[in-house]
Amino acid sequence: MNRYSRQQMAARVARDIPDGAYVNLGIGLPTLVANFLPPDREIVLQSENGLLGMGPAPQAGDEDPDLINAGKQPVTLLTGGAYFHHADSFAMMRGGHLDICVLGAFQVSVRGDLANWHTGAPDAIPAVGGAMDLAIGAKNVYVMMEHVTKSGESKIVERCSYPITGLACVNRIYTDLAVIDVAPEGLRVVEIVDGLAFDELQRLTGIALIPPAAPHAA
Amino acid sequence: MIDKTVASVASAVADIGDGATVLIGGFGTAGMPSELIDALIDQGARDLTIVNNNAGNGEIGVAALLKRKRVRKIICSFPRQVDSHVFDALYRAGEIELELVPQGNLAERIRAAGAGIGAFFTPTAYGTLLAEGKETRTIDGRNYVLEYPIRADFALIKAERADRWGNLVYRKTARNFGPIMAAAAKSAIAQVREIVPLGSLDPEVIVTPGIFVQRVVAVGTPDKRAEAPSRGQASQ
Repeated sequence: MNRYSRQQMAARVARDIPDGAYVNLGIGLPTLVANFLPPDREIVLQSENGLLGMGPAPQAGDEDPDLINAGKQPVTLLTGGAYFHHADSFAMMRGGHLDICVLGAFQVSVRGDLANWHTGAPDAIPAVGGAMDLAIGAKNVYVMMEHVTKSGESKIVERCSYPITGLACVNRIYTDLAVIDVAPEGLRVVEIVDGLAFDELQRLTGIALIPPAAPHAA
Repeated sequence: MIDKTVASVASAVADIGDGATVLIGGFGTAGMPSELIDALIDQGARDLTIVNNNAGNGEIGVAALLKRKRVRKIICSFPRQVDSHVFDALYRAGEIELELVPQGNLAERIRAAGAGIGAFFTPTAYGTLLAEGKETRTIDGRNYVLEYPIRADFALIKAERADRWGNLVYRKTARNFGPIMAAAAKSAIAQVREIVPLGSLDPEVIVTPGIFVQRVVAVGTPDKRAEAPSRGQASQ
């Protein structure tokens, strides 16, 4: 079966980020989106630890321990960037100032509930960071994840079985098989990877999907 | 005359007592006041409640304080990291209490303490495990959770420069929790790279006004400055 690669998923998300957007990219898969942002758009990346205008990793030898991202990896600051303290940073995140955040997920429910912070395993040490703040605070929450688990279970679910990060907060889901909008009427498929039929996507997902709108007549 | 300069990190932390609540700045090792923490370890206070974004990295700073079993409880947002083995072992052995707080709630609870706020309603964590048992309210159709300030006896923070009035400027993302922690503690102690003459910090760029800071101590350019973060696996 055809699948989007991680790079293709990241490139697909990047295509949906408009010029002028303020964006927070979560840890893991979403971080890859930064590599695909179109150079002709000015897109400002925010990092929760206090910077706007985050640039790529520095050259080897130019790392600065005082200039890191939310993943605690060395980064750079682009021209026009700014530093600020944590309360200001989370005011941006919680106060509806970010246009888009892109997060990884364990599960997303049919109504847009997100589970991405905790497996709930009894021996797991919980950690939440800024995930719950981003989930409820950004104007648009995009999720990137594999469509199914390694054992073939859909990660798009009727009800999340993992602990919730935020309720009814996800707007769009990018998987290795499809792009799906969380709409008031349900999960609306926007596009499907080449070679995969809607019925097969429906079967793999296991919950009702709304087919993509028919292409406009020329 | 106001002179908040303290001669040594040892004298800066001398009056931190057993059982104190101590805010410690830093996000990972950026902004972590390692020299003040080392002085606190030498000073010997125990049974502490520590507030920090993380629960220590490697064996330095907060991790070193934890390893000496000086900490009864830690309030943080992201304890689990690739190099948090000191905390992980204490937590699994039941030797430390953890209050896990979403990072924005952590920042806002600290900010609220410094700003004299009694409590606030936040949408973060509504409907999650981290809001269980907490008061909630629906305001204009949106659901919120009531959160209380985190007040503290002391704050240990790291800044780049200070003057003798306690005005502070920071360096890059090492600023993080410093400004809000300074305001939230009865005694805020800042370690800085250098103390400069009064009047030499541009008033337009002072980030933390001296009213929020009780002690400043110069530690120079740290000779054991934390190594540059690795390019390995990310942790939040």
